[in-house]
Amino acid sequence: MNIDYIILIPIIPFVVFLLLGVFHKRIKPAVSGYIGVFGLLASTILSFYAVYQYFFVYGKVNEIYQTFSEKSVWMNFTETLHIDMGILIDPISVMMLVVVSVVSLMVHIYSRGYMKGDEGYTKFFAFLGLFTFSMYGLVLATNLFQIYIFWELVGVSSYLLIGYYYTKTSAIAAAKKAFIVTRFADFGFLIGIMIIGYYTGTFDFETLNNPEGSAILNWAATSFMGLSVITWALILIFIGGAGKSAMFPFHIWLPDAMEGPTPVSALIHAATMVVAGVFLVARLFPMFYFVEDGFALNIVAYVGAFSALFAAIIAITQTDIKRVLAFSTMSQLGYMILALGVSGYEAHEGVGYMASMFHLFTHAMFKALLFLGAGSVIHAVHSNYLKDMGGLRKYMPVTNITFLIAALAIAGVPPFAGFWSKDEILVAAFEHNKLIYCVALFVAGLTAFYMFRLYFGIFWGKDTAYMHKPKESPLSMTFPLIILALLSIVGGFIPFSEFVTADKSGFQAHLNYPLAAIAITVGIIGVALAWVFYKKENGLSDIYAKAFGPLYKWAIDKFYFDEIYLFITKKVLFKRVSAPIAKFDKKVVDGTMEGIGNKTVVFSNKIKGMQSGKVQDYGFAFVAGVVVIALVFIYLWTN
Amino acid sequence: MDILSLFIIVPIITILVLVFTKNLKQARVVSMVGSSVQLLMAINLVFAYFKERAVNSSIMVFTKDIVWFEPFNIHYTIGVDGVSVALLLLTAIVVLAGVFISWKMCDLPKEFFISLIVLSIGVYGFFISLDLFTMFVFFEIAVIPMYLLIGIWGSGPKEYSAMKLTLMLMGASAILLVGILGIYFNSDADGGALTFNILEIAQVNIPIESQKLFFPLTFIGFAVIGALFPFHTWSPDGHASAPTAVSMLHAGVLMKLGGYGVFRVAMYLLPLGAIDWSWVFIILSVIGVVYGAFSAIKQTDLKYINAYSSVSHLGLVLFALLMLNKTAWNGAILQSLSHGFMTALFFALIGMIYGRTHTRDIGKLGGLLKVIPFISVIYVIAGLASLGLPGFSGFVAEMNIFVGAFQEDNMFMRVATILSVSVIVITAVYILRVVGIMLMGPIKKEAYLKLEKVTWYERFGILLLLIPIVGIGVAPLWLSDMILESLDPFIKGLL
Repeated sequence: MNIDYIILIPIIPFVVFLLLGVFHKRIKPAVSGYIGVFGLLASTILSFYAVYQYFFVYGKVNEIYQTFSEKSVWMNFTETLHIDMGILIDPISVMMLVVVSVVSLMVHIYSRGYMKGDEGYTKFFAFLGLFTFSMYGLVLATNLFQIYIFWELVGVSSYLLIGYYYTKTSAIAAAKKAFIVTRFADFGFLIGIMIIGYYTGTFDFETLNNPEGSAILNWAATSFMGLSVITWALILIFIGGAGKSAMFPFHIWLPDAMEGPTPVSALIHAATMVVAGVFLVARLFPMFYFVEDGFALNIVAYVGAFSALFAAIIAITQTDIKRVLAFSTMSQLGYMILALGVSGYEAHEGVGYMASMFHLFTHAMFKALLFLGAGSVIHAVHSNYLKDMGGLRKYMPVTNITFLIAALAIAGVPPFAGFWSKDEILVAAFEHNKLIYCVALFVAGLTAFYMFRLYFGIFWGKDTAYMHKPKESPLSMTFPLIILALLSIVGGFIPFSEFVTADKSGFQAHLNYPLAAIAITVGIIGVALAWVFYKKENGLSDIYAKAFGPLYKWAIDKFYFDEIYLFITKKVLFKRVSAPIAKFDKKVVDGTMEGIGNKTVVFSNKIKGMQSGKVQDYGFAFVAGVVVIALVFIYLWTN
Repeated sequence: MDILSLFIIVPIITILVLVFTKNLKQARVVSMVGSSVQLLMAINLVFAYFKERAVNSSIMVFTKDIVWFEPFNIHYTIGVDGVSVALLLLTAIVVLAGVFISWKMCDLPKEFFISLIVLSIGVYGFFISLDLFTMFVFFEIAVIPMYLLIGIWGSGPKEYSAMKLTLMLMGASAILLVGILGIYFNSDADGGALTFNILEIAQVNIPIESQKLFFPLTFIGFAVIGALFPFHTWSPDGHASAPTAVSMLHAGVLMKLGGYGVFRVAMYLLPLGAIDWSWVFIILSVIGVVYGAFSAIKQTDLKYINAYSSVSHLGLVLFALLMLNKTAWNGAILQSLSHGFMTALFFALIGMIYGRTHTRDIGKLGGLLKVIPFISVIYVIAGLASLGLPGFSGFVAEMNIFVGAFQEDNMFMRVATILSVSVIVITAVYILRVVGIMLMGPIKKEAYLKLEKVTWYERFGILLLLIPIVGIGVAPLWLSDMILESLDPFIKGLL
């Protein structure tokens, strides 16, 4: 298979970035929007061409999807270790190309309407280009170091875009927080990479992931504190992934990241960048699965399940619609991660892996839709808070219908996309770990509940006293909504198990009717409860909120994790480490040097009296010296 | 005239011409021309080096040897390898950028440019010398103009800072001289004549007792200028008082003499001493790395932040040099280069911000992105480069250091390595803090609305420094391989 043209997919947005970045003053806003959209359209077309070529023409040989790669050395460390740059084509990277392209294209189109009149319009499209380039680079990476490089680049694009409204204090703080928290996780990632490099002698995915390769077979060669060093490395790498995917306890940056413009939240913080962690585990899945009988994979499963539950509980209580969606994203990412965690490897055993990727795909569509829908609402009412909304279905029909479709999809109501992928996840969890299955099922119910709380709160109920009558958004904004809504309907019918599987050979996935029935029931109960509570204002929600007492309060305050982090950074690190060090440097280290200097001056002051300039003094010293020397010589001579 | 001696001759000619200039305009044009010629020569040298390297496999190429002082066997011996070629290029770029940044130096311009160029002679000479004594002489030539440059053209408590800097560096020189003489008097250990020639001494088996005695002296002597903890305190005060171009040159180039000296002299000539002592200095350098970064978090003066950041970044250079493998060494040299460009860029930008707002206190600045966008955007880029973002030179250097350090398979080294890797987080904290407070946010003062836009010579200086940062970051292969190839003979004694 000829994969040369695929290199163009990332290059085009990069060129757009350079063009818009360097000439941002000279290019008119209207033109820069078109440059961004058409650049990405080209990438999208190429991505679909790649999908067609890979999945339907060349990819499959002997019923197994092949891996194609092309790379060249970027930097040498030692004779064996080097960083390569290249592209790796296999089922998940091709699938991700589609996800990134579609969502990014929709967001580009949407932004032309949403960002209209903003003074940084061109800059915005430049940053979107930079992000899209980095994300493509990440999914196409051939080795751990390359993925790390693009990992950092998506991180910095995210930083720039969260801090897009850079005169707003909260946006600055949020951008900083997002970067530093993920950087902290990347510290683990980097050490994991170095361990892998040192003990296996390669960074290359194809070599590492080969089930018969030395990296996997020799995992037991060296151990550290009772675990194989490779297991340690995988855990550390997963920490990196957990940082980007906002898994507990690194989740604190994601809600704040909503300070960025809403299209950015849709693209980066819902559909693409935050799934990088899921993608990373999937990318290294054979290692996670085979090394030490999947020890690291178990950790992955529990972290995912816990985060899914944790975030869903918080999501119920939030009143800022973007934050509800942010916690919902975290919860769904937890879903994907737990699916990977409970997955096996061969054929139907690998249903968790398949389901995770499937959910990643469908979630990207309906979550992007939810965010863009929320953006459309925010655009109309100029507020993020539920209290400022209500009854909007009359004013914004397209937003209403598309948002409803997305909500049904995420709630797991058939036949919308989310139902199919979520069902596969539940099947995988049921087959491997009943505890995790129960958690996942409960989270499914919570998801349906909070999502419809949101939906009813925005589009039903009484009108709030609006300053201006809310209007439906322009076509540039509703068009992407419609496209994504269509994808959220049909996305579930793609036979994913034939394309994307752990061992790269397709299998037939069947709907497990009893489990599906349970899942649907739970979903419907969630929706129904939300209907009872929130369709009309009736005070029921307040009564139940009171019943939960402190738990409700904790959930609203996100279980105080922000405060804990603030305490550790501000009170402990800055105040008890950094400030004393700065002081120590001034007083003790510098003080010692000063002291040496001062003592020299003092000493020289003391002895300078000897140079008195009086001839008598010198004469005395001379005679005294002669006498002393004479005495010494006499003494030596006589002995 | 040979290709290397020109690096000394051209600045001397520049100075001679400068003596006859009458005003700022003439002085700066002469300096600009002289430095540009120097830069062209440095670029030419890179190509010439590649050509020569293809046919010549000796340790040093373009060598030349002239007897200077017969009785002590002192020679003017010069030669270069990949490492010194790279550092010469760094010097030429930073000097030219420094000249552009000082375009409006109104006080005694002629004398200022003369001192600046004298300083650069010292640096060029140091990088091409293969004779310990000559090297030492050039080292002093580089350090002494510093005193004048800070004492006369500085700001704040300039006399105090100049004095402190000079005394501490002179103290280090004294220790270094003892070390060098120690090496010299042991250079006849195998029965030859006493010599200062580095390549010849490397062939001699200096007794292990002497190596153990003289290694710490030589190491500390060089490392003080490389800001080794706890001998770094001259640097924050010195930088804070120095005029912009001097800070650039000092942090960008002069501080690199330390790492280079350690690499070329201490590690190469006293390998057994190095092995014996490395743990002590590893501890000190790791402390410097983490400690510098933590102190930077709490500073409020831009120059202090950058000075502590330099302590941290250069700590990595010394740390990497103490790892006994080529990957880490390659990282050390790359980090020297990368830090040179980055920190010079930082100081240039700080100078521009200070020149416009008359303050370096980040608490008083705010919203600069709106009023001086070009300078601010470059500051963000420099910050991102400094925190090791891929695509910039810092990442390339740091990854070499970390991966190299990780090759040392024992618990002590592993802990040291992981501690120093942690700076990727701490650096992000202090860089983003400055960016958040100073560049973003609302505009703090009315007066900032009328700040002067960036001028053409400032743009030029900035771009000169930015191009190599991005160039190394995007395509590191040629440079990193050029350095890597040159390391073999130097590391042999340590393995």
